[in-house]
Amino acid sequence: MADTLRDLAERCTRLLGPESVISDPVRLRTYECDGLTSHRASPGLVVLPETAEQIAAIVRACGEAGVPYVARGSGTGLSGGALPRTDGVLIVTARMRRILDIDIPNQRATVEPGVINLDVTRAARPHGYYFAPDPSSQQICSVGGNVAENSGGAHCLKYGFTAHHILACEIVTPDGEIAELSRDDPGFDLLGVFVGSEGTLGITTKITVRLTRLPETVRTLLAAFDTIGKGGDAVSAIIAAGVVPAAIEMMDALSIEAAEAAVACGYPEGAGAVLVVELDGPDATVEHQFAQVERLCREAGAFEIRVAADDTERALIWKGRKSAFAAMGRISPAYIVQDGVIPRTSLGEVLGRIDALSRESGVRVANVFHAGDGNLHPLVLFDDSVPGAQERAETVSGAILDLCVEHGGSITGEHGVGADKARYMPRMFSDDDLDTMQMVRCGFDPAGLCNPGKVFPTPRLCGEVPGVRKGPHPLVAEGKADLF
Amino acid sequence: MTRPDELPEPPEPGTETVPEVPSAVSMDDLLSDCVHCGFCLPTCPTYVLWGEEMDSPRGRIHLMQQHREGAPLGDAMVRHFDACLGCMACVTACPSGVQYDKLIEVTRAEVEAEHPRTWTERAVRGAIFSLFPYPRRLRALRGPLRAYQRSGVPALVRRSGILERLSPTLAAMERLAPPSQKAPSLPERVAARGGRRATVGMLTGCVQREFFPGVNAATARVLAMEGCDVLIPKRQGCCGALSLHSGRAGEARAFARRTVETFEGVDVIVVNSAGCGSAMKEYETLLADDPAWAARARALAEKTRDLAEFLVELGPRAERHPLPVTVAYHDACHLAHAQGVRSQPRALLAGIPELTVKEIADPEVCCGSAGTYNLLQPVAAAELGDRKAANVAATRADLLVAANPGCSLQIAQALERQGAPLPVAHTAQVLDASLRGHPAATLLAR
Ligand SMILES: Cc1cc2nc3c(=O)[nH]c(=O)nc-3n(C[C@H](O)[C@H](O)[C@H](O)COP(=O)(O)OP(=O)(O)OC[C@H]3O[C@@H](n4cnc5c(N)ncnc54)[C@H](O)[C@@H]3O)c2cc1C
Ligand code: SF4
Ligand code: SF4
Repeated sequence: MADTLRDLAERCTRLLGPESVISDPVRLRTYECDGLTSHRASPGLVVLPETAEQIAAIVRACGEAGVPYVARGSGTGLSGGALPRTDGVLIVTARMRRILDIDIPNQRATVEPGVINLDVTRAARPHGYYFAPDPSSQQICSVGGNVAENSGGAHCLKYGFTAHHILACEIVTPDGEIAELSRDDPGFDLLGVFVGSEGTLGITTKITVRLTRLPETVRTLLAAFDTIGKGGDAVSAIIAAGVVPAAIEMMDALSIEAAEAAVACGYPEGAGAVLVVELDGPDATVEHQFAQVERLCREAGAFEIRVAADDTERALIWKGRKSAFAAMGRISPAYIVQDGVIPRTSLGEVLGRIDALSRESGVRVANVFHAGDGNLHPLVLFDDSVPGAQERAETVSGAILDLCVEHGGSITGEHGVGADKARYMPRMFSDDDLDTMQMVRCGFDPAGLCNPGKVFPTPRLCGEVPGVRKGPHPLVAEGKADLF
Repeated sequence: MTRPDELPEPPEPGTETVPEVPSAVSMDDLLSDCVHCGFCLPTCPTYVLWGEEMDSPRGRIHLMQQHREGAPLGDAMVRHFDACLGCMACVTACPSGVQYDKLIEVTRAEVEAEHPRTWTERAVRGAIFSLFPYPRRLRALRGPLRAYQRSGVPALVRRSGILERLSPTLAAMERLAPPSQKAPSLPERVAARGGRRATVGMLTGCVQREFFPGVNAATARVLAMEGCDVLIPKRQGCCGALSLHSGRAGEARAFARRTVETFEGVDVIVVNSAGCGSAMKEYETLLADDPAWAARARALAEKTRDLAEFLVELGPRAERHPLPVTVAYHDACHLAHAQGVRSQPRALLAGIPELTVKEIADPEVCCGSAGTYNLLQPVAAAELGDRKAANVAATRADLLVAANPGCSLQIAQALERQGAPLPVAHTAQVLDASLRGHPAATLLAR
């Protein structure tokens, strides 16, 4: 294996030049994990290409050598999607960061995959537009990573996930070909298949994104409640009233404490929960609905409501929320960011159960969530210097996912399955479901070299999967699917 | 108060051994604060340049962790620590409160102690550290430099690229040498105009004093016009900033003790050079393990103020005359990131009638000057200088305002290289012109 990698390193050096190939162990190790530090593997080789042609050549070289490869953008993923292979190549897009085109008449921008999410908005804002997907990591995560994870953000309640804002992707297929997937393609929506595939179906090398017009008015308020339950009631009341806020975010006492320590956001003291509600759109609508939201929050028991008077105050309200994950470092040596989805109506019930889990196990859980669409981010805190603490935290973290599935939700809302949650997939899907997904994957990557070991619990070679089955596919047999 | 002129010159440093990690900080605790979120990456100048993990704060912290776990400080690792500008943009960006300033300081000291430098590296470092912290030696250099600049040789030398081939560092030193000016000597005491509101000590700084004497004169005048008695100890030495930020902690401590002694008698020390101010505010940590000096160092750190910080705390009193000029304000890293002084200089500038302040794009990214960085890592520094210069030029301002001599040299020179030269002034000089009712042309004529 070492020989194969050495040959590959030489080949890549010829393709990219020595400055773009990393092969000494000390440097390689700095790439051993993404934002999920509990999974680590030092890559066999790291390459930093600058063009699609280079990536295609690398992918072909890997294919010929039978070496697995993994794409990496900014390495902020929270499910270990960019976890390298010790026997493989890590293809980093951090040097592919040119914004190629801002096409205002057609409301689109074309960017290289390593372009930072927020930089798209920065480039479009002077024209009155922005890139709507806004993960909390937007200041650093790459658009390529967003596509792979189908990332969401606080504002996807109203504007949708990354998938809703991608018009076309140029991809390097696992065969090493450069292909274009577009929303306008007739036939199967292959672009739809590709977005959210967590780097397992190919590497995107150019992305055309939709730009959204900046809203005429944005109004933001912060409402403080003494309990999470009351905050949840307010959320339900707002949605029930037919208001679609741009964002409704909730934080509990522990996450407020961390954010306060990190960025001194000055949230109301003694709050058991805060709700950040943002409305945007035409002046008249926003004004009307904003009054409605204020009233509903009060009725649900808000003891303090702060309305952001200007952009600075709005930024401060958001700063607390956006730094919440990373701020956990202030109150705990280590933590697991969980990501699950529940129907909004089960919010109170599920939070109560999480609280009970936390009490029983003595493991602290802080809660931050996109309350509008039921996307929970429980943060399970532990001290990694205490033996067994991580295992206990992981048990609690897993139990929270069970709660989500039990309530008809999902094991991931936006952070992806990656390496971390592959083992939870069977809690949501039957073997047959998983096999069906594998069939799709094999259509793209028959050799199984493109980000293997992610998403699916048991990495199987494509040949082994559906081919061995005798008789019709169970879905076909059940009349749920057709083969054509 | 000790009479400043009775003080001896700072000791020849280098005698003290490089210390262990200061006991007050545990490297492991400091490292464990990093949650690997990557929020610090986009403001890190070397990540912006090269897009590599090892040259980002997150990657450097990872390397430090590897070193803690036993990996030797080999060439590969040291190269990435050396490439760090110490700009502290990562400290500002980090939501998790990682104290990268402490981490890199300890790491640099470890590098100097454990990692053998090549002969050329040693020679270059030796030259820099035996020159810059000593105003008298810098002064001695000025004569030959002036002759050199007048001779017409510089343009020739620059064009030939001969220095670049010999040593990029020497070439950088040549480029950065500012047109030398005659340095007027300041009196030891400048009396307050009008009723006295405060008595302050003033640090003159090594590079500031020798290369930008006009800035010190302006600082003293502005302070006096705002009602301060200004004490300027004659024989003050280097504050130790360059040494401190380059892993030469022993040397830095010697300079720090001297500076503490010099200013012990005053209530406030006003500093107009961002690098010096940030170093003096760090004295507490630097001398924490020295029982004889810890308390005195803390006291000094607590009374150190950047000029802009001090003037805003004091509040304006003197009349501001109009200055119809558009300025671009540059955030020096050691002011914005290290001292958190961002709004004050802007407020002072905005307080001048008819003056317009323009913001420079990507204000948080370093200009590449960073103390001795432009001398030790000239290629990266030049690239960063070019980026900054392009952003400055895009503001279409008439004047660049910066509060650190290194930044002024660096950006002015990059602007010139791009064929868009721009006059540069310190905040103190702009205020001075306004308070004295001088026309804007005096600033633009530089
Ligand atoms: C503090 C913090 C807050 C976060 N907040 C949010 C949030 O609010 N919402 C959210 O959705 N996520 C969030 N995330 C997760 C993460 O930022 C997103 O998943 C992001 O999209 C990952 O981008 P990246 O560039 O860092 O990708 P990486 O982590 O480098 O990679 C992620 C996945 O994408 C694949 N990939 C990367 N580039 C390509 C490419 N060019 N082609 C194909 N595959 C590729 C990788 O193989 C990997 O599977 C957060 C993370 C952190 C650390
Ligand atoms: S101090 Fe500056 S150069 Fe060094 S790691 Fe931090 S941001 Fe990067
Ligand atoms: S922002 Fe802070 S916690 Fe995040 S990677 Fe950088 S240093 Fe670590």
